[in-house]
Amino acid sequence: MEEKFEPKIAAFVCNWCTYTGADLAGTSRLKQEANARLIRVPCTGRIDPVFIIKAFENGADGVLISGCHPGDCHYNAGNFHARRRWILFKNLLDFIGIDSSRLYFSWVSASEGKKWVDIVDGVIDAVRIKGPFKQYKKMNKEIEIPVAVEEGVSVK
Amino acid sequence: MNELKQICKDALTEKKARFIIGYKEDKNKRVKPFIAKTPEDAEKLTFSHHAVNNLAVYLSRFKNNIDGKIGIVVKSCDLKAVTALIQENQIKRDDLFIIGVNCSGVVLDVAKEFNKDNTQIKCKYCQAKTPPYYDALAEESKEFEMPDDDQAELMAKIDKMTAEERLEFWNAEFEKCIKCYACRQVCPMCYCEKCIVEKSEPQWIDSSSTSRGNFSWNIIRAFHQAGRCIGCHECERACPMGIPLTLLTRKMGMVAFSEFGYRHGTSLTEPTLIGTYSTSDKEDFIK
Ligand code: SF4
Ligand code: SF4
Ligand code: SF4
Repeated sequence: MEEKFEPKIAAFVCNWCTYTGADLAGTSRLKQEANARLIRVPCTGRIDPVFIIKAFENGADGVLISGCHPGDCHYNAGNFHARRRWILFKNLLDFIGIDSSRLYFSWVSASEGKKWVDIVDGVIDAVRIKGPFKQYKKMNKEIEIPVAVEEGVSVK
Repeated sequence: MNELKQICKDALTEKKARFIIGYKEDKNKRVKPFIAKTPEDAEKLTFSHHAVNNLAVYLSRFKNNIDGKIGIVVKSCDLKAVTALIQENQIKRDDLFIIGVNCSGVVLDVAKEFNKDNTQIKCKYCQAKTPPYYDALAEESKEFEMPDDDQAELMAKIDKMTAEERLEFWNAEFEKCIKCYACRQVCPMCYCEKCIVEKSEPQWIDSSSTSRGNFSWNIIRAFHQAGRCIGCHECERACPMGIPLTLLTRKMGMVAFSEFGYRHGTSLTEPTLIGTYSTSDKEDFIK
């Protein structure tokens, strides 16, 4: 029997707004799907695009990035710098073949617990419909540990 | 031709430049980079359709102080790299003696004669055959018939593919990569003392040439060039595996222009694209 596909979502969230917003969703006992792994970063400006690639390498089917609304950044301009970078990176990934059905962006403030739930659920649903990121997983597979090593043969 | 030799000779005699980075023809008739240190050396300097190298790459590797100015022979495309390096504070305009050359196209295959079918991609859409600024100018400007810009056509074709097809296309290309880093070494804008691919704690990019490592390497390199690449096409020329690297960097240049009206290597003083932001940057993709 075919198992139901549950997508893995890597969500990079900033400490000051979205993480706190997600926390608020939790303390308010709002229901949300559990497929997103949250990775807390000090600021969206800290998100090097290599993180996104790393997430896909580690088996993510989709990536969500979220931080403070423009003007609300704890460090004043981190999210403005990030936004500019995203525009470039998003276009690059799109040209390479990782389009906006795998990569999502949002602004969620510390008080927007409900918005966070809606966004996360929306992303999870969309990626679930899209299906597993087979092409990337195929690339990842190539370097999985060979069977012999798994069976206890020392590689050292 | 003699004009170039004369200019360089004078510059070296009058100490307008400490040395001159230029081209010379070797015994096999191959035009190669050459550093002229004395007026006699200047006799060997040359320029032709076979002067393919972007010599600005040497500038970004000079980190120590040089007593006097560095002379450099540049085509208009190479000058953009010089401009970008000045803009990125890697070198000072005052430390340079720029010898611009009027260029009428360079070859793709150095073993063959220059003609319409043996022209570098960049020449097909080159806007300025004469460098926009210089300390001295050599060579006559010649008209030449411009072949079709087939790279733009390929780009449009890729744009029309589905995401899956695009990924497949790039995967097939990147799979060929042998991680020799020639693309990085030859690039005037890849001047980091420690490249991200060499960082091991944590290791961001697999350094072995697996599909996965190749994929991230090529994406990240292209991203580091987004809005910084000046389009000299040296990376693609150097790539032993024939990966169409400039498709990516040129695309990013086009994005930088369409999204931000920014063209790298055209201003000495404008803030760099990534080094600044605007509160009105587009955000229709952010929920
Ligand atoms: S690829 Fe990136 S990190 Fe490496 S040298 Fe180029 S710009 Fe620097
Ligand atoms: S990325 Fe390639 S085309 Fe762009 S500046 Fe570097 S070598 Fe030249
Ligand atoms: S020059 Fe080509 S083969 Fe070498 S690292 Fe760059 S892309 Fe890979």
